[in-house]
Amino acid sequence: MSLTTTDRARSAPAGAGNRPRPAGRRRFTARTALVLFAFMVPALVFVGMFTYYPLLSGIQMAFRNYNLNDLSDTSWVGLDNFRALLDDEMFRGTVKNSVVWVVGSLVPQFLIGFTMAMWLRRRFRFRGVYQALVFFPWAVSGFLIGILFRWMFNGEFGVVNDLLMKSHLIDTPVPWLADARYAMFSVIVANVWYGVTFFAIMILAALQGVPEELYESAAIDGAGKVRTLFSITIPSIRTTLALTVLLRVIWIFNSPELIFGMTGGGPANETHIVTSHMIQVTQEGDYGRASAMGVMVVFVLMLFAVFYLLAIRPRKGLA
Amino acid sequence: MIRSETLAGRIVKFGGLGLCLLVTVFPLYWILVTSFKDPGTIFAYPLRYWPETWSLENYRGLFDQSNFGVFIGNSLIVSTVAAALATVVSLLSAYVLARFEFVSKGAVMGAFLVTQMIPGFIALGSLYILMTRLYLVDNRWGLVLVYVAMSIPLCTVMLRGFFENVPASLEEAAMVDGCSRLSALFRVLVPVMTPGIAASYIFNFVNCWNELFLSVTLLNSDSNKTIPAALNGFISSYNIDWGSMSAAAALSIVPTMILFAVASRYIVEGLTAGAVKE
Repeated sequence: MSLTTTDRARSAPAGAGNRPRPAGRRRFTARTALVLFAFMVPALVFVGMFTYYPLLSGIQMAFRNYNLNDLSDTSWVGLDNFRALLDDEMFRGTVKNSVVWVVGSLVPQFLIGFTMAMWLRRRFRFRGVYQALVFFPWAVSGFLIGILFRWMFNGEFGVVNDLLMKSHLIDTPVPWLADARYAMFSVIVANVWYGVTFFAIMILAALQGVPEELYESAAIDGAGKVRTLFSITIPSIRTTLALTVLLRVIWIFNSPELIFGMTGGGPANETHIVTSHMIQVTQEGDYGRASAMGVMVVFVLMLFAVFYLLAIRPRKGLA
Repeated sequence: MIRSETLAGRIVKFGGLGLCLLVTVFPLYWILVTSFKDPGTIFAYPLRYWPETWSLENYRGLFDQSNFGVFIGNSLIVSTVAAALATVVSLLSAYVLARFEFVSKGAVMGAFLVTQMIPGFIALGSLYILMTRLYLVDNRWGLVLVYVAMSIPLCTVMLRGFFENVPASLEEAAMVDGCSRLSALFRVLVPVMTPGIAASYIFNFVNCWNELFLSVTLLNSDSNKTIPAALNGFISSYNIDWGSMSAAAALSIVPTMILFAVASRYIVEGLTAGAVKE
């Protein structure tokens, strides 16, 4: 998004008629401009109509009494929907669950993904095959992953209980998804499993961009493994790491599919996060309330993103 | 290579990688094994990690008891068409964004990237109302339109990266020879970029094939439902029939896995390149 500012900065002194022309790019005529505009139109129309229009009309719905079950009164109610949410015990519960869900998923995903990427950094025989096999969860939807894990964590005939009992870690089967104490833990285990490969891929791509000479000179200077990790590896891929974490926080927060497949939010709403609860409310027809939740989600995530980006931005002059 | 790995280091590394592989592949293995068990043996102790007898009974039951053939057909139609439309539309927009500088370019890229941060289901209610007004609720083609819109932003970013790997002189030469820009794009650039375009198509296809909330909301009747919408109905029932459920899950996972395996190299390339650039 920094593109916008640089573009404007460059075009401002040149005047309205003159478009910025970086070296090697052609200047284009009015006719060309028309053709290019025509090329952009389909994409803009689709995204505008089916993504942005519902988004914007959803915002106004958040300030109305809009319930599909009773559309006789859809008047403006100001902040009532928001107030009602903040007073709602269940909503507050889903906020707490969301935090547990995000942090509990992210930290193990990061650590395991990072380790895998380090192991995969150097070429070895069958590395390509290995990557293809390990990265397969990417092709599967969170919803289906949820279903697979619902079956594996089944209290009676689940393979997880069977394996744990065979290795004598538990004596009796655990009702993973039926017991409020274990349900959230189980869902997070599934989500960690699902997300590790994403981290591994992103971090591996970044690691392969670190010049080998850096490692070589570190080795010549006698740096040990730990030292190399913290002085060479991590600083070199710092930006990718930071941005990947940001993306993941937002995506994990916004991915209730796995929860829908695995528990449907139960037992007793113990595994409902804000977004899965929001979909449930939408399905019940209370669009005003669901929209208010949507607005809050986007607002909070944007605030988070801004503060996060400010916190990680490179400080010039200090290094 | 100056620093060689110690034997202990290698054991840890390959042991760890082996464990990761095992843990990653096991859920898939388990659902496949379950689906091929004889229905009576799924709920029998001790659990069998390799079926005594292989059986297609669960698959037969699935197709007998539900319209799963119809659901597969719907998923195929919706995903094939939506992915194709999205790829063509994104080709055009990606071309413009890769080749030209213009004032609102940053705004357009920003608008596309924001959609990746905001999930498609955040405005489920107002989308439903919009589709009602367009008479497109419970209509597969309506879902296609929504999926096209959902796929365009990321597909554009990916294709833009692939365009940047092709020198502009290529289409310029074609245009000097009298090609219009559009035919230069489709006759000269597209053939060169086939792997990247195929990967983008597959990526779109898999995303549409997997999409849950929009299809659940916008499709009601059995004759229109896609696989995820149907599965959502299956798991909502009080007693899940894990025999046919595992067969359904397997049938829905395997096609996307094969597609993804074919294209994963290019998809990873496109996604990571796009991420680094932005």
